[in-house]
Amino acid sequence: MDRIALDVAHMFAGGLVLVSFMLLYQDRMFSLINIFALHAFVVSVSVAWQAYIQNAPHLYVTAAIALVVKAIVIPIVLHRIIIRLGIHRNIETVVGIGQIMLGGIGLVALSILVMLPITAEAGTLAREDLAFALSVILLGLLIMVSRRNAVGQVIGFMSIENGLILAATGAKGMPLVVEISVAFSILVALIVIGIFLFRIRERFDSVDMHVLDSFRGERP
Amino acid sequence: MAVILDALVQLGQLLLVLLLAPLLTGYVRKVKAHLLRRRGPPIVQPYLDLMKLLRKEVVLAHNASWIFRVAPYVIFATTWVAAALVPTFATGLVFSSAADLIAIVALLGSARFMLALAGLDVGTSFGGIGSSREMMIASLAEPAMLMIVFTLSLLAGSTQLSYVAAFMQGTDVGLRVSLAMALVSLVMVAIAENARIPIDNPATHLELTMVHEAMILEYSGRHLAVIEAAASLQLLLYLSLVLCLFAPWGVAVAGEDFTSYTVGLVVYAAKLMIGGFLLAVFETAVAKMRVFRVSDFLGIALMLGLLAMLLLFVSRGV
Repeated sequence: MDRIALDVAHMFAGGLVLVSFMLLYQDRMFSLINIFALHAFVVSVSVAWQAYIQNAPHLYVTAAIALVVKAIVIPIVLHRIIIRLGIHRNIETVVGIGQIMLGGIGLVALSILVMLPITAEAGTLAREDLAFALSVILLGLLIMVSRRNAVGQVIGFMSIENGLILAATGAKGMPLVVEISVAFSILVALIVIGIFLFRIRERFDSVDMHVLDSFRGERP
Repeated sequence: MAVILDALVQLGQLLLVLLLAPLLTGYVRKVKAHLLRRRGPPIVQPYLDLMKLLRKEVVLAHNASWIFRVAPYVIFATTWVAAALVPTFATGLVFSSAADLIAIVALLGSARFMLALAGLDVGTSFGGIGSSREMMIASLAEPAMLMIVFTLSLLAGSTQLSYVAAFMQGTDVGLRVSLAMALVSLVMVAIAENARIPIDNPATHLELTMVHEAMILEYSGRHLAVIEAAASLQLLLYLSLVLCLFAPWGVAVAGEDFTSYTVGLVVYAAKLMIGGFLLAVFETAVAKMRVFRVSDFLGIALMLGLLAMLLLFVSRGV
């Protein structure tokens, strides 16, 4: 029983890393958001499974928050935003997809190399959770770096938060208050980002971040 | 006594793969035709084609060198040996200790090298295109294949196929995300290596995006027959490899009685039918890719293989 439980936890956490990679190369706006919803769904399933095997009922609440807020509400809001911005038909090709994928693999290897020695004494579950969570966070940063479109960067940011939840699940004893406040701060961030998207569009007629660079005079 | 039995099984397998390979090709074609609501050629058509080609005269280009004439036999021999090394209905082959997964990959690699040389040999532009594309595919597919081999051998503790198959049948495997990734990656590599539909179309000669057929365009007669046989053997090999590694149930273990070998044969035939059917359904459902997207497809396979290996290090005990 215990071994199967660990295997299932490993499967969900590994699946989360895989979904992060899928986020990395999506070039259509809608599929990006849908994969993000899948990302949040995998996180909530993973958290729920760990709540079950750790006998920690408060983690169910965390899973429910992740499911409702990030797998349902945020994707719907983002859908509406990109339709109102009129960029839902845009195809954003990620430049240098091969290098970015290799970089992503390197980041996963790096986080495993960093986490395994540090957490040598911890339990297997915490170890793999922390290693996978660090890879999801680093991959989220890579998504933010590699996207020019502001909506893509928002999705990278949200996926970082999913990684944080995974890390917090493995480390026993995160208070529920913290989780709720993190969830709300994500919602607030979504509202603020939404307003900023429209402001950026009003000012520059585009949500391409390179316009900002040239506006600051960094690039000709 | 055991050695004699192993040698018999090995010999039986050599003959079995040779006899079964065209049947599998014919079966896949038949299922594909049925899915398109056509009747399709009879299942035994590949045998008839081979017979006919064997009787036909060989037409050689003026500037064909000895490489062009030797290549078909080398390709056929290496592919046949590789196909005979994968346990199909019974483990405990006599060469099992000498030839592991890496040897099989190497054998297939040398077959591909000869094929690419033969494509270049006559000096037609079509052959050159085919060879360069084949090398592009190989440069991505082979690392992915090796990643899969590493993943499996890290898990099972050996690169020998019969050992891995026995490990997969045991209860120690558990539920592993690495294995799922390795399976998907292996299927993608197999599709690319066998020139199946999203990468290449095995049914046409006249298409600018073809790879395998472009290289063998100059061949005729018994040379062509041998190359076609090698292509069917390769399809059978990859299907058997997937079955042996990821669905090894029912395979007879060395030293069992006669009934278990019979059961092994029947189960193997059933598994081949299911696998061929799935391949045909997949090929009917997807469209062929542009050549420049092949690197994306195989890049995903490579990435999955790498990720499968990396994730193995954080699972419970490697």
